[in-house]
Amino acid sequence: MEQSPAPATRISALQLFLTFSRITLCGFGGVGFWARRVLVERLGWLTEKEYVELFSLGQLIPGPPVFNLTVLVGHRFGGWTGAAAAVSGFLLWPCLMVVGMGVLYQRYGALPQVRSALGGMLIVAAALIFSTFLKMAKVLPLSWRPWLLAILAFVGVGVLRWPLFWVLGVLAPLALLAAWKEQL
Amino acid sequence: MHRVDLTALFLHSLALWFVAIGGPSTVLPEFHRYLVEANQLMTSTDFAELYTLAQAAPGPNFMYVTLMGWHLAGWAGALTMTIPVLIPATTLSLLVSHLNQRYPNGAIGRLFNRALIPITMGLMCASSTILMRAVNHNWRAYLLTLITLAVVMRTSWNPLWLLAAGAMAGVLGLV
Repeated sequence: MEQSPAPATRISALQLFLTFSRITLCGFGGVGFWARRVLVERLGWLTEKEYVELFSLGQLIPGPPVFNLTVLVGHRFGGWTGAAAAVSGFLLWPCLMVVGMGVLYQRYGALPQVRSALGGMLIVAAALIFSTFLKMAKVLPLSWRPWLLAILAFVGVGVLRWPLFWVLGVLAPLALLAAWKEQL
Repeated sequence: MHRVDLTALFLHSLALWFVAIGGPSTVLPEFHRYLVEANQLMTSTDFAELYTLAQAAPGPNFMYVTLMGWHLAGWAGALTMTIPVLIPATTLSLLVSHLNQRYPNGAIGRLFNRALIPITMGLMCASSTILMRAVNHNWRAYLLTLITLAVVMRTSWNPLWLLAAGAMAGVLGLV
């Protein structure tokens, strides 16, 4: 088995903290785009291929993909302290901002103009999630099995409102079994 | 509205983020079930609005749980709902990072990924319909949904512009 090449550079904790602060503060409307831009294009810490590998790894691990990517990159270039520094930079500022939004919401959330603005934004936010579904659907193989799984997950969680644990507990093993059999 | 049991909320979130495949929007239906339906800690409208507000802030998408936690119980609530995101993600990422340096091919990883994509899709669909149900929909709202979808599928504009356009449409009384 091929050993992945050890990163040539080590990056200081401070630099990791600052870099991930920058990524997260630019990340209006999703951080993934900026992570790629800064890590690959601006700083050249990762090649395009390495970025894609780490990003898909981050998607695979439970939890928010971009957060996982932060841990992976921090750990790769700075060990444990690097991971901690990257995570602190990544979370500190958005935490403060989101709480600021909470303060504003509690103070002004009842105003009619704010309510109507939020109503419009809400429709867009819901459509944005649906567009992610559509993008995934476009590349899903046209066979009955994956689509049946998708429909069952939707009906169980979205229509019948069963707890996610039950639905995943049944569907995830089935999905793994199906994918494994297909591969044989 | 009921009182918040922070310990129970913490444990439920923690368990949930351990199985959060495919990103933060797949656990949104379960948070809605837990916070709005099972425990009546907030209304469906509050839930949807807090989610939307968090999307308009910079930073990762999962911060909607931080905002909801803050809304429920101030800083203690924000921490109660944020720390559970970090524990599974950090431990599993570090574990995988370590294993990946040893077994870089990741065939098992790819198998998992491919197997779980359909379930992720179903959950995304559920999230989106739950949010849509939280607002009173008329035909103009559905039209805005369709326009947003058309723009997102055809361009690579930053979603923030679309949220801003949605806010504008709301203020002007178009939806």
